[in-house]
Amino acid sequence: MEVVRSQSHRKFSPNDVVTTIPLYRSAPPLQVRLEDFELFAMDRLRVLKGISDALSRGKKPEEMQKLVKDLWKSNMRHQQASEVVNKDIISHFVLRLVYCRTEDLRKWFLSMETALFRYRFRLESAEAQRAFLVEFGLPYRTISNAEFETMKDKLGQVARSIGQPLPTADAIFYQVPFQEVPELVAGRKVFINQGFAYVAMNQVVSLLAPQFRSHLSKALILTNRKWTSTTREQEKDRLTPIVEALCSSYLGPDYSQPREYAEISLKDIDQVARRSFPLCMRHLYEKLREDHHLKHGGRMQLGLFLKGVGLNLDDALAFWRAEFSHKIGLERFEKEYAYNIRHSYGKEGKRADYTPFSCHKIITTTPGVGDHHGCPYRHFSEENLRAALSRMGVNSRAMEDVMDKVRNRHYQLACTLTFEALHGLPCDAGINHPNQYFSDSQKILQPKKDSSA
Amino acid sequence: MAGEEAQNGRDDMQIDRPEPHLPDEFNPNYLKVYYGKLFPYGDMFRWMSYGNDGKHPGCDSSYFSRREFAYTTGEDTFWRYQSFDSEAQFEKSIKQNCPFKIDIGPVYTVEPAKRNAYAQGDGNNVFTPVERELIFDIDISDYDDVRYCCSGADVCLACWPLMTIAIKVIDCSLRDDFGFKHILWAYSGRRGVHCWVCDSSARRLTNEQRAAIADYFHVYTGNENSQKKVSLTGFALHPFLVRSYNEVLKNFFETKLLISQNILSCEERYEKILDMIPDSSVTSELRGKWQDKRRSSNTKEDINIVRWEQLKQLLQSGRQRAQGLRRCVEEIVFSFTYPRLDMAVSKSMNHLLKAPFCVHPKTGRICVPIDPKRCEEFDPTAVPTLSQVLDELNQEGSRADANLELSRTSLGNAIRVFRSSFLEPLLKACKEEIESSFSAKLQNSRDSLNW
Ligand SMILES: [Zn+2]
Repeated sequence: MEVVRSQSHRKFSPNDVVTTIPLYRSAPPLQVRLEDFELFAMDRLRVLKGISDALSRGKKPEEMQKLVKDLWKSNMRHQQASEVVNKDIISHFVLRLVYCRTEDLRKWFLSMETALFRYRFRLESAEAQRAFLVEFGLPYRTISNAEFETMKDKLGQVARSIGQPLPTADAIFYQVPFQEVPELVAGRKVFINQGFAYVAMNQVVSLLAPQFRSHLSKALILTNRKWTSTTREQEKDRLTPIVEALCSSYLGPDYSQPREYAEISLKDIDQVARRSFPLCMRHLYEKLREDHHLKHGGRMQLGLFLKGVGLNLDDALAFWRAEFSHKIGLERFEKEYAYNIRHSYGKEGKRADYTPFSCHKIITTTPGVGDHHGCPYRHFSEENLRAALSRMGVNSRAMEDVMDKVRNRHYQLACTLTFEALHGLPCDAGINHPNQYFSDSQKILQPKKDSSA
Repeated sequence: MAGEEAQNGRDDMQIDRPEPHLPDEFNPNYLKVYYGKLFPYGDMFRWMSYGNDGKHPGCDSSYFSRREFAYTTGEDTFWRYQSFDSEAQFEKSIKQNCPFKIDIGPVYTVEPAKRNAYAQGDGNNVFTPVERELIFDIDISDYDDVRYCCSGADVCLACWPLMTIAIKVIDCSLRDDFGFKHILWAYSGRRGVHCWVCDSSARRLTNEQRAAIADYFHVYTGNENSQKKVSLTGFALHPFLVRSYNEVLKNFFETKLLISQNILSCEERYEKILDMIPDSSVTSELRGKWQDKRRSSNTKEDINIVRWEQLKQLLQSGRQRAQGLRRCVEEIVFSFTYPRLDMAVSKSMNHLLKAPFCVHPKTGRICVPIDPKRCEEFDPTAVPTLSQVLDELNQEGSRADANLELSRTSLGNAIRVFRSSFLEPLLKACKEEIESSFSAKLQNSRDSLNW
């Protein structure tokens, strides 16, 4: 892809386009005007950001489907019909540049582009889907009529269990190793026999999406290499500033590192927890105080949150030690837990960067027996949630608004309303991250403390 | 608190903590004798080598040495990243350290014991797990809301069938659905069972694929803060759940647990079940029948069975045919019987799991293999203890340590089960795989030479 200042640009001939979804296999042999470079990318970012917000609000697939359709329609149009596909391709490749640069950026971009691909594919007509499959080249066989007859009953049972119509004799099923379709296996959405999953035509996107994702993942690594080795320097007066601005203007604040350490100290933590922790963290915090123990998921969720709000390593060690030693003794704590705490602060091992969990991540976990982590708005029974909210001090009128959001599965909005009820101030941005809840709360509460002093 | 758990015993640490007064069955000096004369080093080594200990040129001779072992030693110290070049070194180290517990971790890119040396090299040898059995850990303490005989780490013959059910359901699906063949089940020594799926395809699963299998098995949705424990939605059940229900759950519930756990015997217990029926006309009708003592006391049949039949009849017949209510019977059975896995253990390659043939420091019982084909016969209260095995050893005299598998000791019997139901078929398959992948490689290189 060549970026130019001039008006001239070559176009794809319409014959090149088989389906409306490009494979994005290689950068387009196009010249792009600098203005388009930025504008197209902004438009696509609006789509991806919309998807990201909806996912973190726990939207259901059918809602996502409609949302993606609307987002795409309102942002990715072009005055000239022939330019639509160019805009699609150009914006994708520009965002590759923007989002190739760090692990977190790549992860976000991969998830959102894959989700976008998934829903766009589903919106295609059956013929267009088949054309795409041909172009994509899926390396799997479909089952014969005879095979279909032998497993018809089981395929029908699966279809009924997921609310699909019974498959007819001409239905197409791909036979694939179960390893290829983890999401269909996880949801028991396919019949599995002797290591093979039988994937219906309307599920084929589950087969495509991981391949799309892994291809894009590899491509992003290559783009990153090229960016750091040459492009960034070459383009430092032209594209580099645009690329860097595009990214920061849209990702929202980064809570992986607290702004400065020692934002909270150990002696204030009880009070701070009561005033500024979102319910998910407050619940974990209280359970820890009560039981002197938390299972793995709870330790991760709370521990990384505390790191994010500025509890430094020494204080974190002291904090966990004080609780756990009630139950398991000091020595055991040092042997088995201290390492992991240091690890999460990046002091031991060097493999992973542990960033505090976002609402999206917390909402989509599945707490099990004895677990207290997860999003209370999603994982508590109504009764328990009401009790917890009233303990926090949410009044009965606000409570009904919160419960209403919960019933509609708007968990982050429910949390936002809780925040507003407790702080008496609107939170227009909405809650997307427990650490954001904390810092917004502190922003409101701190000045009051200063003025009263 | 990091993803890389410092110990498989996530929470059993509270329970496994050695006490100052060890029970009669367990004694560190006995353990020394056990490791000195009885522990099946050869079998463990052959298992963990997966055929790579042979002379065949296709063998990966570094395979065993890249496996992590972890010790919990007598002073309650936890040592991760132990690794060994040979069977002799493995045996020597265990004898020397006499660990209370041996955990098995993944196979890494490089030997775990030398990971730091590699890290200082050119940076290309990243220390990361590459293979790991697919493992499952099922603890009976996770079933405390559906058993009335025991709680916590205790088990008895009345609640052990819950573990038998778990073995049957999971083993059958691993074989029939996922196509795995080499599956080892072992008693965890106290409160549950461990499962090791050892097919090469299982060892190479990614974390995402492991999580998918664990989720496929996951039906129980109750956490500490929600009421309903199992919710079965949709117009039909997935074939795997249908099969589990028809072939295992229903039968165990109706013929064993219903009676042994007295699930409907008193008000407090039947109210728990009535809570799971979302129709107040049904629940009040049943409650009316069950509160009336005269009508239930003069029958000879077990009261739990009588009430269960009444409940089923009401929910499954005539006017209650609405989908939701018919599904209720199944939901109740699932709640009281369906396996509850520790999901975190199965989902990541990094998790450690206690090796079979360890001795549980609290009970003194040996973590013996369980033959899934005969799992109904398994009796956790009859599992050999350390002191019992040593007694048998004394009686057998010196023949035993030379020919353990031929000896009549209860440990010899456990080792025979390990070999015949698991190790021998596994090693045969490994050998075939090594040979066929080697000849494929040869063929490839020949083809490229021909060009
Ligand atoms: Zn019991």
